[in-house]
Amino acid sequence: MLVLVVDSSTPAVTAALVEVSADDVALRAHRCTVDARAHGELLAPQVDAVLADADARPRDLGAVVAGLGPGPFTGLRVGLVTAATMGQVLDIPTYGVCSLDGIGYPAATGDPVLAASDARRKELYWAVYDGAGQRIVGPEVSTPAVAAARARELGATVAVGDGAHRYADTLGLPVRVEPRYPDATVLALLAAERIRAAAPTERLTPLYLRRPDAVAATARKPVLP
Amino acid sequence: MADEPLILGIETSCDETGVGIVRGHTLLADALASSVEEHARFGGVVPEVASRAHLEAIVPTMDRALREAGVTLADIDAIAVTSGPGLAGALLVGVAAAKGYALAAEKPVYGVNHLAAHVAVDTLEHGPLPEPAIALLVSGGHSSLLLVDDLARGVTPLGATIDDAAGEAFDKVARLLGLPFPGGPPIDREARAGDAASIAFPRGLTAAKDLAAHRYDFSFSGLKTAVARWVEARQRAGEPVPVADVAASFQEAVCDVLTTKALAACRANGIETLVIGGGVAANSRLRAMAEQRAEKYGIQVRVPRPKLCTDNGAMVAALGSHLVAAGVAPSRLDLPADSALPLTTVSV
Ligand SMILES: Nc1ncnc2c1ncn2[C@@H]1O[C@H](COP(=O)(O)OP(=O)(O)OP(=O)(O)O)[C@@H](O)[C@H]1O
Ligand SMILES: [Mg+2]
Repeated sequence: MLVLVVDSSTPAVTAALVEVSADDVALRAHRCTVDARAHGELLAPQVDAVLADADARPRDLGAVVAGLGPGPFTGLRVGLVTAATMGQVLDIPTYGVCSLDGIGYPAATGDPVLAASDARRKELYWAVYDGAGQRIVGPEVSTPAVAAARARELGATVAVGDGAHRYADTLGLPVRVEPRYPDATVLALLAAERIRAAAPTERLTPLYLRRPDAVAATARKPVLP
Repeated sequence: MADEPLILGIETSCDETGVGIVRGHTLLADALASSVEEHARFGGVVPEVASRAHLEAIVPTMDRALREAGVTLADIDAIAVTSGPGLAGALLVGVAAAKGYALAAEKPVYGVNHLAAHVAVDTLEHGPLPEPAIALLVSGGHSSLLLVDDLARGVTPLGATIDDAAGEAFDKVARLLGLPFPGGPPIDREARAGDAASIAFPRGLTAAKDLAAHRYDFSFSGLKTAVARWVEARQRAGEPVPVADVAASFQEAVCDVLTTKALAACRANGIETLVIGGGVAANSRLRAMAEQRAEKYGIQVRVPRPKLCTDNGAMVAALGSHLVAAGVAPSRLDLPADSALPLTTVSV
């Protein structure tokens, strides 16, 4: 079955087509552009492009997989609304995967791993994976120092992801070079069981982790002296 | 009629998620979800709260619109979406949604100007807009006078507010009178029981010396301050505030300036049609005053029904329909959301 994968939780705006078969998940087409400020412009043309690359039409799709974040809100929503609206039109199921899993799962090869992406405001979105790639803590948002302390407690010996590169000094862990951003094939792999079982469609609710900045209007100041 | 194009419109520039469907000038569906109650306690729209609400509301609102119109996305000829101006994060949800729908259904998408849509919506009520026309656009974020030569290709701004928008003035005055947000509807309601001549509030930029440089501009900040001073003086003196009279006198001042300048623009340009759009066009006094004053000059006033004046998806569909009929080319899939889209750009 042909499956569309989208992720816009990091500066890497990603669209991919994968073929999910009974025993395999194979990448058919892939577009990724790293630009933190243009998710809204980039994603739809990339979806269009991967369809063209695979010589497919939208109606050939059987499911959509979307990275649920965590990630900076504005960009994150682009991927989720794209996935949800396409799923609605095509009447195909949509499945969500934690975007950090697309970094942490492939990086775990025996020892626990800290996967981290940039949360801006000098913080990280992060999660810790066991040696088999199962997420054991997270996703959470905190300062790099707090993430580092928790990761060490959990026995992480290596860090991975764009956030880990950025705060390598504070984290004090060796940083794996790849994957730097959520891997589209891995996201599909992590949803493959649901895809094969034709599990019910899921509402794509973003992993915001932070409340909206909403400052209550202050009491009106008198105009007269 | 059945062969006129079927156009879908998506609106998410502020706190309303709207999906409208029109065929030609005929309104088939106008589905709306609002996050206004989530913002009320903050006394204004909180952008991130609005954006989150749009993401949750877009799919169900689309479902409702399609059901209401009895069509599917496959039947739609084109999708129009507000690409600006408005709140950046909120706009982006609608633009991304429109692209998702357009991609999946293999339909063209038009990114359109929200303010031009506030003008175009009148065609759903009163049919094609005679051009040239003067448009008075009065909403929560804008107050402008426009010369509309060709709504499909561009409008010429004649003037605009130099400080607060008219709707903003309603919202601020409502707050100081202890009325809920948004302030337009409760002031409109209170004013009905008040005496509009009881307090002489200032009419901004109407003095001869201001008219030279600001003939078609507006200013509502001085009015708002005058109301605040008046109310506070009462409170300090320990006297009750006559809310209905203040509301009526304030509303009268706003409507007086808006209609005077709009009709002056019509007469100066020899134009016989005045169309009023935007949330403040829902104001009952503005509608009545404009009609009454226009009559003696033989000017026809067109104001859509109140529900079409505030933000909605039908207005975006109406503009999309106008663009398609005029043969305007669709937007590209990389069309951006532009929070500061200028009034002169009708579609991107
Ligand atoms: N009956 C009314 N009388 C006066 N003002 C009104 C009335 N109904 C609504 N409004 C005002 O209209 C405004 C909302 O209009 P609208 O929805 O067009 O604005 P917006 O979308 O927030 O701003 P913009 O269109 O400029 O981006 C609010 O300020 C509200 O108080
Ligand atoms: Mg508006």
